[in-house]
Amino acid sequence: MSFITGVGLTAFGRHEGSSSLDLMSKAAELAIADAGLKRSEIDGILCGYSTVAPHIMLATVFAEHFGIRPAYTHAVQVGGATGLAMTMLAHHLVEAGIAKHVLVVGGENRLTGQSRDASILALAQVGHPDYEVPLGPTIPAYYGLVASRYMHEYGVTQQDLAEFAVLMRRHALTHPGAQFHDAITVADVMASKPVALPLKLLDCCPVSDGGAAFVVSREHTGEAGVRVLGCAQAHTHQHVTAAPALSELGAEISIARAKAECGVAISDVRYAGVYDSFTITLAMLLEDLGLAGRGEAAAQVRAGHFSRDGAMPLNTHGGLLSYGHCGVGGAMAHLVETHLQMTGRAGHRQVRDASIALLHGDGGVLSSHVSMFLERMR
Amino acid sequence: MSNGKPALADWTTGAEAIVYQSCAACGNLQYFRRSFCVACGAPDPAEQRASGEATVYATSLVCRAATPETRAHVPYNIVLVDTVEGFRMMAHGDNDLSIGDKVTARFARFAGRLVPYFARTKS
Repeated sequence: MSFITGVGLTAFGRHEGSSSLDLMSKAAELAIADAGLKRSEIDGILCGYSTVAPHIMLATVFAEHFGIRPAYTHAVQVGGATGLAMTMLAHHLVEAGIAKHVLVVGGENRLTGQSRDASILALAQVGHPDYEVPLGPTIPAYYGLVASRYMHEYGVTQQDLAEFAVLMRRHALTHPGAQFHDAITVADVMASKPVALPLKLLDCCPVSDGGAAFVVSREHTGEAGVRVLGCAQAHTHQHVTAAPALSELGAEISIARAKAECGVAISDVRYAGVYDSFTITLAMLLEDLGLAGRGEAAAQVRAGHFSRDGAMPLNTHGGLLSYGHCGVGGAMAHLVETHLQMTGRAGHRQVRDASIALLHGDGGVLSSHVSMFLERMR
Repeated sequence: MSNGKPALADWTTGAEAIVYQSCAACGNLQYFRRSFCVACGAPDPAEQRASGEATVYATSLVCRAATPETRAHVPYNIVLVDTVEGFRMMAHGDNDLSIGDKVTARFARFAGRLVPYFARTKS
């Protein structure tokens, strides 16, 4: 068994003067304290990457900076799926007895450490260097392509997609650490500047500074334990040109594998933390995972199904769309919030029941997927 | 590349052509050039020039670009098309293209490079 024993999350937005290592350290300190551990008890470290400060050995750079000499450490790179991929690896490492307490950490000064153009340009490089990048696509364009096709096949509208931005913003309004604190409407999303149609500015997550971390341990250290029930991955392609049909994408494969591994059904799930780089990402993943019927996710948002007091509370911190997106730490915030909900520590955001949670991450252009079920144990 | 012959030039190297590969062993078609078939691993897939006839699979009109060179072209339409030969590719296209439109390729200058550009096929 493995337990998420501690979590740490900084506010997302502007952290003027903070480096990626500063933000990673801040989140790591919070997570270790939350687990009730001392730094010296951490014997494994997994970290993500920083586009602002790329390094071939970021994990040892961080370990030295933070003051830990781990028995096991390296960086992991799976784009937006990195946080959950690291959690999955940490789960297996502690189960295999290779480490006792693995610190999983991601953080980046992506907003203030470089220009927005530099950030957009760095991310566009997930495209094929010869056959895609010379055409001038951006990450929103890759997802815009997918969105146009999904809308065409399943009758989803731009207004439908806007519902997800509004929901994430409504949730962010209740979290002091979120990047955005102004309420928005479907009309605001529709009127926002076109970025890569059908996606407009408010369909896209922002660029943020921030950090997130958690500790994965062999035994639980506090009263309430949050245990990894099962997890799985799927990787069908890298480039959108080589993506399979919409009905054959990796989310459906990884969730099927995770369900088979631990025998959990979607009907058992009480809380969801789902990757939401764009409104289309969230709409598609909810439907691919079986959290909504095909083409029905937006109607479920309108009906309150994914609201804090709904049947399936979703990203109650505001998600990437409104809490913010600092790279690897961005999707790790989903797990931090899930942990707070599962341990009854989400304050006025607290949902009724988060006894079993589903987390899902996506990297690239729906290229890499990680699905994970968590269970609260008393 | 195939049978020791030099690779056919295509738009990625500045020639007005779209080139794909087909595997003699298993019949698989692939667009991204490799020295082997991605489906069965057989070496030296044969290179062929595509006709430039295709159907629009997806579109995204880019209105926010990230470099001065690409910003000069905004808005530009990024499209995925399914060629009549049977492979999918990314290209540029007319801004008003819809999914399902039959299109024909020509070549255009974009940010100092040659790129494939699709317009509706004239009937």
